[in-house]
Amino acid sequence: MNDTVRSSLLAVCCALGVFAFGARAHAAFVVQITRGQDVAIPIAIVPFAANAGAPAFDVAAVVSHDLGGSGRFKSMHRKDMIDLPHTGSQIVFDDWRRLDADYIVVGSLSRPAPGRVDVSFELYNVLTQQRLLGYQIHTDDAGLRLAAHQISDQVFQSILGIHGAFATRIAYVLVLGKIPHQTFQLVVADADGENPRVVMQSGEPLMSPAWSPDGKQLAYVSFEDKLPSIYVQTLKSGARQLVSATAGVNQAPAWSPHGRRLAVTLSNRSGNLDVFVLDLGTHALTRITHNPGIDTEAQWAPDGDSLYFTSDRDGGPQIFQVSLAPGSRPRRITFQGSYNARPRLSPDGSHLAFVTRVRGDFRIATLDLKGNGGMQVLTHGAFDESPSYAPNGAEIIYATHQRGRGVLALVSTDGRVQQTLVSPEGDVEEPVWGPYGSE
Amino acid sequence: MKRLTAITLLLTGALALAGCHGKTAVKGQSASATEVPASATTGGAGGAGTTMTPLNGANGGSLQAVAQAGNAVPREQRTIYFDFDKSEINPQYEPIIAAHAKTLIANPGLRIRLEGNTDDRGSREYNIGLGERRAQAVRRALMLQGVADSQIETVSYGAERPAVEGDNPQAWAMNRRVDMVYLP
Repeated sequence: MNDTVRSSLLAVCCALGVFAFGARAHAAFVVQITRGQDVAIPIAIVPFAANAGAPAFDVAAVVSHDLGGSGRFKSMHRKDMIDLPHTGSQIVFDDWRRLDADYIVVGSLSRPAPGRVDVSFELYNVLTQQRLLGYQIHTDDAGLRLAAHQISDQVFQSILGIHGAFATRIAYVLVLGKIPHQTFQLVVADADGENPRVVMQSGEPLMSPAWSPDGKQLAYVSFEDKLPSIYVQTLKSGARQLVSATAGVNQAPAWSPHGRRLAVTLSNRSGNLDVFVLDLGTHALTRITHNPGIDTEAQWAPDGDSLYFTSDRDGGPQIFQVSLAPGSRPRRITFQGSYNARPRLSPDGSHLAFVTRVRGDFRIATLDLKGNGGMQVLTHGAFDESPSYAPNGAEIIYATHQRGRGVLALVSTDGRVQQTLVSPEGDVEEPVWGPYGSE
Repeated sequence: MKRLTAITLLLTGALALAGCHGKTAVKGQSASATEVPASATTGGAGGAGTTMTPLNGANGGSLQAVAQAGNAVPREQRTIYFDFDKSEINPQYEPIIAAHAKTLIANPGLRIRLEGNTDDRGSREYNIGLGERRAQAVRRALMLQGVADSQIETVSYGAERPAVEGDNPQAWAMNRRVDMVYLP
């Protein structure tokens, strides 16, 4: 086993300083677990030792927050810890067994050279006393938070067998102020809501952020000229490119799997919305749907050969799939309920998440595309919208309302774990989870 | 100045329709709805419509004044409200549309932007489609009255520009609308 995880964090953190708007957006989100796993796994994340010259950053607190916040683990409170070991040889396993910890994480920080930090950590099974993980992460002071998320990912993977998604990013729209004097911000943050950075701000609406497959760019809709336009913004440089500003609607950008094309929604003079594909290299525009109904919010199948989209050609909104081969006819794929919209594919393409209306309430549902074709309603709110899969496919982030405010929420794809991320201010809308390696 | 008064009169004719999105108010409005075209005719169709046309090209300032006057009227006189998931214009709004159509016909240089909106439930992008459909319904209604296509611009804000906040049927009804905005 390779005992070293080389953190490529330096480049990422340097990039953060040069966003179009580098300002810190707001204080941290508050995580509320609204529904946890029936049997959350008890784990002790012991505070890491800071060796001579090492920074005082609390790695264990971040890991504990990640794992506890996932709803799948129960992190032991520090006041319940009777000992603070920093290496495996210091662990008295009988003590931790009596405290009902199934697993224990210990570690330390050291400074091998000015400006550099090494983070060592080990994961043990308390019952078997077996060492499951032992790594050292080489990073710098600015990279410690991401290093902590990488530890969470490793622990998550080791115990649950699911690739963690803690060291990833999300983008969302934050609306501040009162009607009609509102400010719209496009924010990129760590997956736990920390480190929020405003990458675009406007007095007119911003909507539909979409990550490029390499996580380096965001496409979005801006009404900054009063009319909608689609922009592509490079996160590292802050450079923006106007890619669609046709007369009428310019909406719902979605990247092709290789990032060379965008599916977009455009309208003609009579206001009929159809789905088009825009080649970002040649600027060639190909019309995909031809229907007098609303055809919009397309998503690419992982093979890039077909699109899923919402259409009300049969009456209310339903989800269809259309091959990009010329002359292909769209095929309807949702039949349960009178309102199914905003399709989002799971990373492996096996499931579709979307908004469905259940007796007047808007909720997040999934459809099994490969298996039995069954539909499962995952959430229980009235205003649930804008689902987006985590890159590990295990969770869906979405927007909902709590006491009249727009907040973010997460649900595991089995529906068993739910949590809410409440921003200290404003309305949070349209969360989109970035791919692994997003900037 | 006279022209301005005429425009204001046209629009105030529709004032009685304030709050007509509420279903209970419909009965009371049918009376005022018949009054509006009458006052509109006396104010608009006669001299104002024909005398204004040549002035527009020469004096942009007066058009601007008309636009400002049109935007200054209460919201209820420049807003069409819609039922849930619908884009058909309810008959009670015909007088409002007629008043704006007369203003636009009398001022061929005047332009209006129809801003389609929805309540904030459901899919945001689908709501853009719904808002656009509502704006188009008002555009067609204005054109049926004789307004030139070139005078009309449409935009859909979907759920992004609510008129009021709130997670209740009253707020949703106030947000399912087309705002008519005269362009400077």
